[in-house]
Amino acid sequence: MCDKSYNKKTCKHVFLQYTYYFFMKKIFIILIIINAILVSGIIYFTKHQKQVDALQLLQESYSKPHTPSVDHTKFEILQKKFNSPQEVTAACLSCHTERGKEVMNTRHWKWQNEEYIEGRGLTNLGKKNILNNFCIGIGGNEQSCNRCHAGFGWADSTFDFHNQHNIDCMVCHDNTGEYFKQSGGAGNPDPSVNLNKVATQVGKPLKANCGYCHFYGGGGNNVKHGDLEDAQLNCSRDVDVHMAKTGINMECVDCHTTEKHVISGKMYSVSSTNTNRLSCTQCHGNTPHELSIINEHTVKVACQTCHIPTYAKANATKMTWDWSTACKLKNGEPYHEEDSLGNHTYLSEKGTFTWGKDVKPEYVWFNGTADHYMFGDKVDTTKPIAMNTLRGSYNDPAAQIVPVKVHRANQLFDPVNGRMIQPKLFDKEKGKGALWKDFDFDAASAAGMKYIGQPYSGTYTFVQTESFWPLNHQVAPKEQSLSCKECHSTNGRLANLNDFYLPGRDQHAGVELFGMLSIILSFIGIAIHASLRIRAHKRQQTESKTIEQ
Amino acid sequence: MKRKVYIYKAYERFWHWTQAFLVLFLAFTGFEIHGSFEFFGFEHAVVYHNAAAVSFMILIVFTIFWHFSTGEWKQYVPTTKNIKAQVQYYLFGMFKNAPHPVHKTELSKLNPLQRIVYFLLKVVFIPLMVISGVLYMFYRYPHNGDIAGINMEGLSTVAALHTLGAFIMIAFVIVHLYLITTGTTVFTNLKAMLTGYEELEDEPKQTKQ
Ligand code: HEM
Repeated sequence: MCDKSYNKKTCKHVFLQYTYYFFMKKIFIILIIINAILVSGIIYFTKHQKQVDALQLLQESYSKPHTPSVDHTKFEILQKKFNSPQEVTAACLSCHTERGKEVMNTRHWKWQNEEYIEGRGLTNLGKKNILNNFCIGIGGNEQSCNRCHAGFGWADSTFDFHNQHNIDCMVCHDNTGEYFKQSGGAGNPDPSVNLNKVATQVGKPLKANCGYCHFYGGGGNNVKHGDLEDAQLNCSRDVDVHMAKTGINMECVDCHTTEKHVISGKMYSVSSTNTNRLSCTQCHGNTPHELSIINEHTVKVACQTCHIPTYAKANATKMTWDWSTACKLKNGEPYHEEDSLGNHTYLSEKGTFTWGKDVKPEYVWFNGTADHYMFGDKVDTTKPIAMNTLRGSYNDPAAQIVPVKVHRANQLFDPVNGRMIQPKLFDKEKGKGALWKDFDFDAASAAGMKYIGQPYSGTYTFVQTESFWPLNHQVAPKEQSLSCKECHSTNGRLANLNDFYLPGRDQHAGVELFGMLSIILSFIGIAIHASLRIRAHKRQQTESKTIEQ
Repeated sequence: MKRKVYIYKAYERFWHWTQAFLVLFLAFTGFEIHGSFEFFGFEHAVVYHNAAAVSFMILIVFTIFWHFSTGEWKQYVPTTKNIKAQVQYYLFGMFKNAPHPVHKTELSKLNPLQRIVYFLLKVVFIPLMVISGVLYMFYRYPHNGDIAGINMEGLSTVAALHTLGAFIMIAFVIVHLYLITTGTTVFTNLKAMLTGYEELEDEPKQTKQ
């Protein structure tokens, strides 16, 4: 490819000479200067925000043990023989005179709250009038479900919500670890509990108090949340950096601070509004990362998204629930099947389940407001029915990408009335329509819908439903947080969140086509041009040779 | 007669080679971010791309100053004079060993086609890369311990423009690398940009008035 004025040898010589010259002298200086510029650029982009100190201060302040200000064993009123749990509460209230009114104002007592919901207006909403896709609803099943009510004896709709003595102080404040509620006892303590012992050893709620209900929702450990379970009472940092026994060993109430018995933080399986929420940033600030570009992600990405790479890390959580297979009996008796980990995969009472351990979350936009399936709502069965809907989209400035557990179920539906069915599940006796005693979907549907005052046509079928559980716990050590590629790639974790441009995942087809074409055409043009040049060059060489001859 | 001319001054060569390195590096890291391949890893590619982009912008500021303080900017003003001849030369003349139609001097280093292409690069494509890149970069920015953002409906348009520009820059580099071999000899132009010196023909008589 050398030009006519040089022969091949000189051509090679010149090339070598200048390569040598270039590499030995110039490149050295040039590289130094380029490096200087590059380094200044890098320094500009990695300004450290001394976050390490901040984290250490947090760790120190939260690992200090709490010293109670009183010793309840010294109070005479707590020494007397308690004949009923209500007497304990009366004793508590004799000193803590105003606390009863506070508690009666909370969700833990009312199991519903007046909230503004877009499309519904001001609505009283909670477990009293919504359905889920686990055990579906409390209506008619209070004796069993309401074991987790912070009260005594809510067995049916006649329960007196105005009687302060029905408040269960102990379930939250027991520090003996011995208090527990009777199965099917509508929230009353088990008769075996030593009330005197419990009453004299009360204090700030411990993990085990909150966990007594919140770990076991849905009828077993970690069934519902996936990120809240009894392993967190004694776990490593790999499972949960905050609650790790070997770490700062935080109590739930360290984050879920309380004012007038209203606990901060909420779960969108039962809540709807963007109020009284807890967020990571309350302790960690809005810009806790060293790299500014990571901090900038927080505008659209919740902390949890990167810092909870998987959930159900220690024990499995329920992923799907098919009610339609329930009610099968063997020799007239209910039976169950288990998987290798000891999780129920089939129960005659409940149907078929699948479980997941170390599950990768799904991701949705969420602006802190939600809607719920409420009694009487008519539904569109052409797509899975959302028992709760988390709202938000890319264009919503309040929305962030959050990780969720999606629980999918197949559950009872009345196709004539277009409504979800609340079946009656629990009763102590046969013949009252309870599914868990009589194993009859029709009778259970009729009894349940009658109890909650909804029509039932007499026809039932099963429909697909989904419920969305934002994940907030089981935060992983920072080394385990998501790497960029987990999302910034074509088949990454955000593959289904398509309402925005994500670098590394998205491309514009037109731009790609134009780009590839211009590069290919450049090469083709060069190839043609170069071959014509070489041919011309060869022709000239032969011409000059013939002239010489 | 040929004479040895100091045609590319020290700063010009420094600028040229730094820019060459930075553009190649930006293209490489940029297309890793784009998802075309994996080399540094996404996070590093982003950090390097941003660092190189800042370096590039610093270089651009100095180079703009250089263009105006030395008057070199005049070399890049497009002209239509001889443009047809230059096109004909590349398409036909070169294969017939015809002479370069436009004479290269210190005061007029670029032929009319080069003028147009470099002019477009300076006023369209590099600004396109810088502006779309800066928007891409400061679409969100730290502000008083929090993150603020400019009011922009997502990155789609900015990313499309930036990627489009990136493809054009790459096509430019490819064609540029080929065209520098069309000097008096294959390495004349490369040599000149490295050493600063090039052997130029004395100016033809008819232009010497
Ligand atoms: C001063 C000039 C430039 C600036 C400020 C700049 C800035 C940026 C930024 C901020 C990004 C996004 C990285 C991220 O995900 O955070 C980016 C992406 C990219 N850059 Fe540049 N860049 C510049 C020049 C270039 C050049 C010269 C090229 C190529 C020749 C280039 C090619 C790319 C490509 C291909 C992407 C990926 C775009 C996508 O897939 O969305 N950039 N650039």
